[in-house]
Amino acid sequence: MATAQEHRSNVGRYVTVYAVILVIAALQFVIAYSGGSGPQMLSRMLILAVIEAALALLYFMHLADNRGLLWFVVIFTVFVLLAMQYGWTDAFRLSSGVPWAK
Amino acid sequence: MSQAEITMAGHSHLMEKPAFSVPAKKMAMWLFIIADSATFAGCLVAYGFLRNATANWPRPFHSITNVAIMTFILVTSSLTMLFGIDGAKSGDKAKALRWTLITAALGAVFAVLHIREWLALIDEGMTLFKNPWGTSLFGSSFFSITGLHLLHVTGGVVALIAVGLRYRGGRYNADDLEITGLYWHFVDLVWMFVVPLVYLLNLSH
Repeated sequence: MATAQEHRSNVGRYVTVYAVILVIAALQFVIAYSGGSGPQMLSRMLILAVIEAALALLYFMHLADNRGLLWFVVIFTVFVLLAMQYGWTDAFRLSSGVPWAK
Repeated sequence: MSQAEITMAGHSHLMEKPAFSVPAKKMAMWLFIIADSATFAGCLVAYGFLRNATANWPRPFHSITNVAIMTFILVTSSLTMLFGIDGAKSGDKAKALRWTLITAALGAVFAVLHIREWLALIDEGMTLFKNPWGTSLFGSSFFSITGLHLLHVTGGVVALIAVGLRYRGGRYNADDLEITGLYWHFVDLVWMFVVPLVYLLNLSH
């Protein structure tokens, strides 16, 4: 850990990332008001949410400064998403009755 | 310095290096965040499934001004948390405490706005089990997801005040404040997914 003497302030970088996150959040609201089909809006909003989350993880939570921890988190996240994907498709199978219903 | 830290310092050459060069307390917080992410991901995926599989899903939100203000407050609170940690790292205790308490205050404002929004929806007849617009699943999923998030915000406000005061008293250091900050950023990060899925996609046009 850096001591008080070694510490270099990153306030400028934080403010820049904060401003970018606010702009992306505003874009999500614009998409919501502009309408469009459900899947199209969902995919656009989720892409923006992932970018926001990545910025927060990298710069607010300092993962950009620790590559080992970054890979650890990325691999875990991908594993969870893949596991969810399995559950998601299974849930659809339950709702449609397949493979039991005729 | 605690007895454990003195012992650790004396025998540091014998100790196993921490994983990813991250101190144990910080690693524990990261593991908690990963586990909690899975909880929220499970809730949001289940919500997506319910929404997709239910024909008469309501879109009750006429205005999203309130949620826009809440988003602004929560993202701003992440920035103020960073100012606090920056102050702590540079050894400026007063600055660190001031910004940490400002962060807690912003969290409290967020919680008040959230509860006000809940009360307005309850006034319109929405509960966990029924609502005047469509499937009752909407109320259960809305209150469950936003309630779980609100619980995290409330816990975070209490933690920020407790850690901030103990930091001022000298019992906690800048690293403890940074670890609490990680939790607070995570709460902000979850909100980035809750807003589009739960609010923006349910905006009435």
